Amino acid sequence: MFGHRSDLPLDKDPLSRFLPWLIAFMVYLAVLALAGALVLNAVIVRWDRGVTGTLTVQIAPLERPPSVSAADARADEERRQKAVLDLLRSVPEVARAEALDDQRLMALLEPWLGTTEVAEDLPLPGLVDVELKPGTSLDAAALGARLAKAVPGTSIDDHKIWLERLVRLIRMVEAVASVVLMFIGLATVGTVVFATRTGLAVHQEAIEVLHLIGAQDSYVAQQFARRALVLGLRGGLVGLVLAVPTLFGISYLAAHLEAGLLPDVDMGPAHWLALISMPLAAALIAMVTARMTVMRTLARML
Amino acid sequence: MTIDGVEYVVRFENVGLRYGLGPEVLQDISFALEPGSFHFLVGPSGAGKSSLLKLMYLALKPTRGLISLFGHDIAITRRGDLPGLRRRVGVVFQDFRLLPHLSTFDNVALPLRVAGGRESDIEKNVVELLSWVGLKDHLKARPPTLSGGQQQRVAIARAVIARPKLLLADEPTGNVDDRMAMRLMHLFEELNKLGTTVVIATHNEGLVNRMGHSCLRLEDGWLEVRGPDSGSAGQTVAAGLSPSILGGAVGRKPESAA
Ligand SMILES: Nc1ncnc2c1ncn2[C@@H]1O[C@H](COP(=O)(O)OP(=O)(O)O)[C@@H](O)[C@H]1O
Ligand SMILES: [Mg+2]
Repeated sequence: MFGHRSDLPLDKDPLSRFLPWLIAFMVYLAVLALAGALVLNAVIVRWDRGVTGTLTVQIAPLERPPSVSAADARADEERRQKAVLDLLRSVPEVARAEALDDQRLMALLEPWLGTTEVAEDLPLPGLVDVELKPGTSLDAAALGARLAKAVPGTSIDDHKIWLERLVRLIRMVEAVASVVLMFIGLATVGTVVFATRTGLAVHQEAIEVLHLIGAQDSYVAQQFARRALVLGLRGGLVGLVLAVPTLFGISYLAAHLEAGLLPDVDMGPAHWLALISMPLAAALIAMVTARMTVMRTLARML
Repeated sequence: MTIDGVEYVVRFENVGLRYGLGPEVLQDISFALEPGSFHFLVGPSGAGKSSLLKLMYLALKPTRGLISLFGHDIAITRRGDLPGLRRRVGVVFQDFRLLPHLSTFDNVALPLRVAGGRESDIEKNVVELLSWVGLKDHLKARPPTLSGGQQQRVAIARAVIARPKLLLADEPTGNVDDRMAMRLMHLFEELNKLGTTVVIATHNEGLVNRMGHSCLRLEDGWLEVRGPDSGSAGQTVAAGLSPSILGGAVGRKPESAA
């Protein structure tokens, strides 16, 4: 297919020289957009598995008349907490249920409440960190109801609401990335149509001669298509080669600046394959577009 | 399409041609060429010889009238079938129309490649023919580096390489000396003996008289048909003329216009 003899001097067209660069640019953008979409998707998958594997149970302190001594109140709260822990540990899906000790609780609250002296006197809720066995899921609402019945004043938080909002946001970003990819595809098609039409005009005389000696439209189209494929591949590879260091740069910066915000995601081989196939996709789009453009333009000739 | 049991290679019926909104360059042209016939197309410069040939090799569509090629009415022939018809027609263009970026060899090989010929056969045939027209040493040369006469011979080689059923040549001897002109004419005659119908447009009347074939004369867009060796002007022959000519002087200028 390559190095095949061509009857038209297409490689000397001015357009042949800039088409690869345009396609390189398109592929560069496409690889970045696709990589972004893939990473975000991996983040969502990660969250679905990782974060939903944990629950938090909150035990709100009971309102007590002032006559109850602080020591009694504390003992009562500890009893409630133990009841919650016992119940949680009896659930088969639960791998671990641990109460957050006061120190950790204080540490968590410090940014909001300031120095711990102020907080000391506040009635703080008890928090229980629950970890589910990997691969299991459980009806958080049903568990919450059981807990509230056994120990009034408890509530359960499976992070769903918070997570759903983030997931929705990410889905939107992904949709934007898809639209960007689509536009890149359209822009590539448009560029190739323009380049091919120009080529047809430049080589009009030679094409007429080919026709007059009996060439089918497809014979002419094939020459343009082969040329577009080669140029598309060449440009696409350049785009990919430029995009890969950019991706590594971005992921390096993300890892250093925003460590901990995003879960650590690795792109799997399938993802890399998708990225590497972008130049091929661009080349195929270019080839098919060139062929169709020639066929449609020539169909209007004698 | 056959008439009287003969399938004509080319048949024109009341064909008229105008370029854009200009005057009719060709008017009421009617004739038919039998397989294996040989014709000259003569007439002063600007008479419409090239235009008539262009209609025959399907580079132009007539403004009116019927053209049929190998029995196909070209007005109703599907676009996809035109290449098949064109492959049976060899054309020597007046301005050669060689592809300047291709070597002599590739230019001559083009009709075979376009028709999907095998590269090994192509090589042998092309080299043989180019040797015959004296261009053996210029296989790799690009047309712009060749002289006018050499380019003309490349153009002729390209026109005959695929053994066309119909050969159309527009002033094919305009750029060569008399000896080469005769040699090329003999090439056309050889091809004709193998069954190819030949039409050669020329204003070289000396050549026509020397060769003595039937003669189509164009004047002011009107066609006049004469048999071989009909010396004096105006003596158009309708019957008893070369059997390849149908209908005699059907395209003759009407008396009122004369
Ligand atoms: N492409 C064209 N557009 C407009 N007029 C043309 C074109 N080609 C030829 N003509 C006109 O048609 C007439 C016949 O030209 P042509 O067929 O080239 O004659 P010949 O080959 O006998 O010299 C001339 O008057 C010429 O000016
Ligand atoms: Mg002419």
